[in-house]
Amino acid sequence: MTVHFCVHDEGDSVGVVVVEGIKSGQALNGWIMDQDKMITFNAKSDIPIGHKLAIRAISAGDTIIKYGIDIGKAVKEISAGEHLHVHNVKTKRW
Amino acid sequence: MGINLKNASFEGWRRENGRMGVRNHVIILPVDDLSNAACEAVANNIKGALAIPHAYGRLQFGADLDLHFRTLIGTGTNPNVAGVVVIGIEPGWTGRIVEGIAKSGKPVEGFAIEQNGDINTIANASRAAYRMVKYASRLKKTRASMQELWVSTKCGESDTTSGLASCPTVGNSFDKLWENGNTLVFGETTELTGGEHLVAERCRTPEIRAQFQAMFDRYQRVVETNKTNDLSESQPTKGNIEGGLTTIEEKALGNIQKIGKKCLVDGVLDKAEEPTHSGLWFMDSSSAAAEMVTLCAASGFAVHTFPTGQGNVIGNPILPVIKLTANPRTQRTMSEHIDVDVTGLLQRQMNMDDAGEALLDCIIRTADGELTAAELLGHREFSLTRLYESA
Repeated sequence: MTVHFCVHDEGDSVGVVVVEGIKSGQALNGWIMDQDKMITFNAKSDIPIGHKLAIRAISAGDTIIKYGIDIGKAVKEISAGEHLHVHNVKTKRW
Repeated sequence: MGINLKNASFEGWRRENGRMGVRNHVIILPVDDLSNAACEAVANNIKGALAIPHAYGRLQFGADLDLHFRTLIGTGTNPNVAGVVVIGIEPGWTGRIVEGIAKSGKPVEGFAIEQNGDINTIANASRAAYRMVKYASRLKKTRASMQELWVSTKCGESDTTSGLASCPTVGNSFDKLWENGNTLVFGETTELTGGEHLVAERCRTPEIRAQFQAMFDRYQRVVETNKTNDLSESQPTKGNIEGGLTTIEEKALGNIQKIGKKCLVDGVLDKAEEPTHSGLWFMDSSSAAAEMVTLCAASGFAVHTFPTGQGNVIGNPILPVIKLTANPRTQRTMSEHIDVDVTGLLQRQMNMDDAGEALLDCIIRTADGELTAAELLGHREFSLTRLYESA
């Protein structure tokens, strides 16, 4: 079974797409690495390899969690399955 | 499988100071930018001599000049170097670098251009290089235990696959090398931002933790003083962002995977300083690939491990750089740059121990003399770190 995206930890807000050519609406297999569990999810955007999708609904101002740790803040509302990147998330440092 | 590091060994050259090298270079080292042309002419005359041109060395002062000397002396002292010909515009600073390298016991000769001109300098330096390459070619390899291999790490053009797989692969091998008593180094001070607390927790003693924190805080002040935005496109780089990394915190958490799960930070180093005992060292350094790898070479490291996501192509003149990637697009489009393919990790076709073993196997083969992708492709990036403007 192809792994379409990986999640470091089940508490994370995001998964990372690890195959090329993911299209909006596609059913995706996700691997949660720390707990070694598989989940399924529908993409809501076209998402390039290496880019992230939200795996829960996120409001503007929310902290984004990856590796179980704070990686920045949402500057827009992001729905589950949507592409999450520099257009909707910014650093809290610098 | 399973590599027993206690019994593992490699064949290299034992230098006069006791250190083991894995390459046998004779380098033609300029003191300053003005001497690059003469160094390149000498390396063209004498086959097997390698010129290492660079952009600096004039009107530097204070700590920036100290770093310049430390980096050039460290480069000449590195055990991957059999002998050194130093060329400078004038004899004073040339002599200072010759004396610094001579402390290692290896052959080193210096030449100054003023009052001689390029042509006589090139002739005299070529004769020295001729003798030195002849000498180096006579040296016999000897076998040494794996523990004697100094291994550095720094990643580049990282993406999200770096933090998922290629950096943890280095971490897995570093955990094993650290338990084996090897000497190891990591750095990239600003690229720990957002995960600096994790590195601080791994410092062996409160003193080391305080030294690490002081280095981290100083570098943060450099960013805060000079920034004009949130550094997006510089740190993370444009390539990092193309690869899916969004913030410095995300990049840092991936970067830190390179120090594994068990290693403790046994000490801290200023730029281009040599470790004084085995263990894992943190070196306060730029995160720019060529600068950091140049500093690792100047600190005496013999093999470098370099995880990449989007495909940084870096090499170094004297330090073999082993590249690994977990990004299947990079492996598909740039395979000639990759020494260890760990793309299988992301499809659960390979586990982390297997990946760590594959990297260790490549480290041992490289130490035994197998050329890396960067060596085969002629990548010899040598970039000196500057602290501030010249006078």
